[in-house]
Amino acid sequence: MPDLVLKGKAIKLGDNISTDDIIPGRFAHLRSNLPELARHILEDTAPEFASRVKSGDFLVAGKNLGLGSSREHAPVVIKMSGVGAILAKSAARIFFRNAINQGLPVLLCDTDKISDGDELEINLTGGMIVNLTSGFTLSCSKMPPIMSAILKEGGLIPYIQKHRDFKL
Amino acid sequence: MGKTLAEKILSLKSHGEAEAGDVVIADVDLAFVQDTTGPLTIRQFKESGFGALAKPQQTIIFLDHAAPSPAQQLSNDHILLRRFAEETGCRIYEVGEGICHQLVAENFANPGDIIVGADSHTVTGGALGAFATGMGSSDVAVALALGKTWFRVPESFLIDLKGVFTRGVYAKDLILYLISQIGADGANYKALEFGGEALAQMTMSQRLTIANMAVEAGAKVGLFPGDKITQDFLMEYGRGDNYKPLYPDTAANYEKVIPVNLDQLEPMLSLPHAVDNVRPVTRVKGVKIQQAFIGTCTNGRLEDLAVAAEILKGKKRHPGTRLLIAPASRQVLIRAIEKGYIQSLIEAGAAILPPGCAACLGLHQGVLGDGEVCLSTANRNFKGRMGNPEAMIYLASPATAAASAIRGEITDPREFT
Repeated sequence: MPDLVLKGKAIKLGDNISTDDIIPGRFAHLRSNLPELARHILEDTAPEFASRVKSGDFLVAGKNLGLGSSREHAPVVIKMSGVGAILAKSAARIFFRNAINQGLPVLLCDTDKISDGDELEINLTGGMIVNLTSGFTLSCSKMPPIMSAILKEGGLIPYIQKHRDFKL
Repeated sequence: MGKTLAEKILSLKSHGEAEAGDVVIADVDLAFVQDTTGPLTIRQFKESGFGALAKPQQTIIFLDHAAPSPAQQLSNDHILLRRFAEETGCRIYEVGEGICHQLVAENFANPGDIIVGADSHTVTGGALGAFATGMGSSDVAVALALGKTWFRVPESFLIDLKGVFTRGVYAKDLILYLISQIGADGANYKALEFGGEALAQMTMSQRLTIANMAVEAGAKVGLFPGDKITQDFLMEYGRGDNYKPLYPDTAANYEKVIPVNLDQLEPMLSLPHAVDNVRPVTRVKGVKIQQAFIGTCTNGRLEDLAVAAEILKGKKRHPGTRLLIAPASRQVLIRAIEKGYIQSLIEAGAAILPPGCAACLGLHQGVLGDGEVCLSTANRNFKGRMGNPEAMIYLASPATAAASAIRGEITDPREFT
């Protein structure tokens, strides 16, 4: 289960970062070797990301994060990189669901209020983000209760191992 | 209160009253994976601890993305998938059978079904009136185990179509135009529902092209009603008994209505590196192309090959332009051979690829070189999509691709039709 209060640094990306950007299709032969696959995270779009990211950092994007392919390997490699939560103005439907299913929190908020390198404190329960660098406080849109429940269990597979069915 | 198509199907399959905004648990009629999402799905299914599939005969593995495999790791993934099929009794479609979405349309999708696939273009099944949507590996793994999944019932946009396509204008031009109007995220979490008087003339092949790209506007589904054309298609493919009429209620509540007059459309093109970066072909004419690719789940059907063959018959591809053709399924290829399309295409200089995803996703069979330009009939032109971030991809109809292959540059297909 993810911690309820997360603290870390923002790594800022732009709008329309697709799952092809996050993990290009040409590395499909590495999908059964996740550590090797994860080395190619954002290789074409933000090549500095892999060396910059530290455990607990936040991936902060603009609008329509994760559009395109349904490959769940995209949130998988983001999680493997150490990212503690994803923040975006909006996220594509499949990517959003996949990230939650991987136990990786996705918070939708006005990310224009966050600059690269800002220190953030996120309260997952209340959906509040405090920008410790600028002093701004941001509120996030709520997700359906079933997604909160899945996130609370650390993802869909742990959720289903425990409950053996969906509980609305 | 009246129901949209999305509300109707989700009500039926959740055994209750589903209204936009509700979260429901719905029965899944068909769940599938392909060879690049399947291995993760299988590992998650095994981790879930269920052991047996809820519905083995309604579970399918398609080997289409790396087909035939270009790398030992992908060959080993194929072994894993074949073993899983043997162990669980699910269906498997081998290399060369065709693209998952085309095979689902030919063999499985029915009006009112719920279909989940570990592939974003699962929305293609909406052409037959199926609530068909792409999901990730975890969601599909759990759908395999439980035979059901959860959905937030989407709000719907009604795309009200009237008129007829003019010469040289096709379903691809319509959906590219529509995506440019809605934007790549404009229908995020929504259902696109197609209606209007133009549907009576719209073939299943055209509907499949349109539904296929609903996800490029962010939509969860792209739904057509179940009508006479659906019935004829199901009869042609030997499952006429599965037909049932499916229409939205007249008093259905739509978040937005977008009217489109087909008479006023012209050939359109999506420019690098975003699908919603759309212009009329007339404004992009003359851009040199090194590769033309006709195929994919968007435009690899018999009607598409017919259009391309008609334009290319008796002509030659430009010497500086490679022409790649990948039929969407084995059946499409057989029919295209019978009708002489393949002969015309080969004589025009085309390389015919096996039925499957081929060059679309950058794994094999047409990876682009640095600085090269491809005019593709696929559905995505993201940077790097065809295996090289230094290449440029334009998306258009098979007619535009065929005309452009002859000239070696982006060409208005109306110069040939």
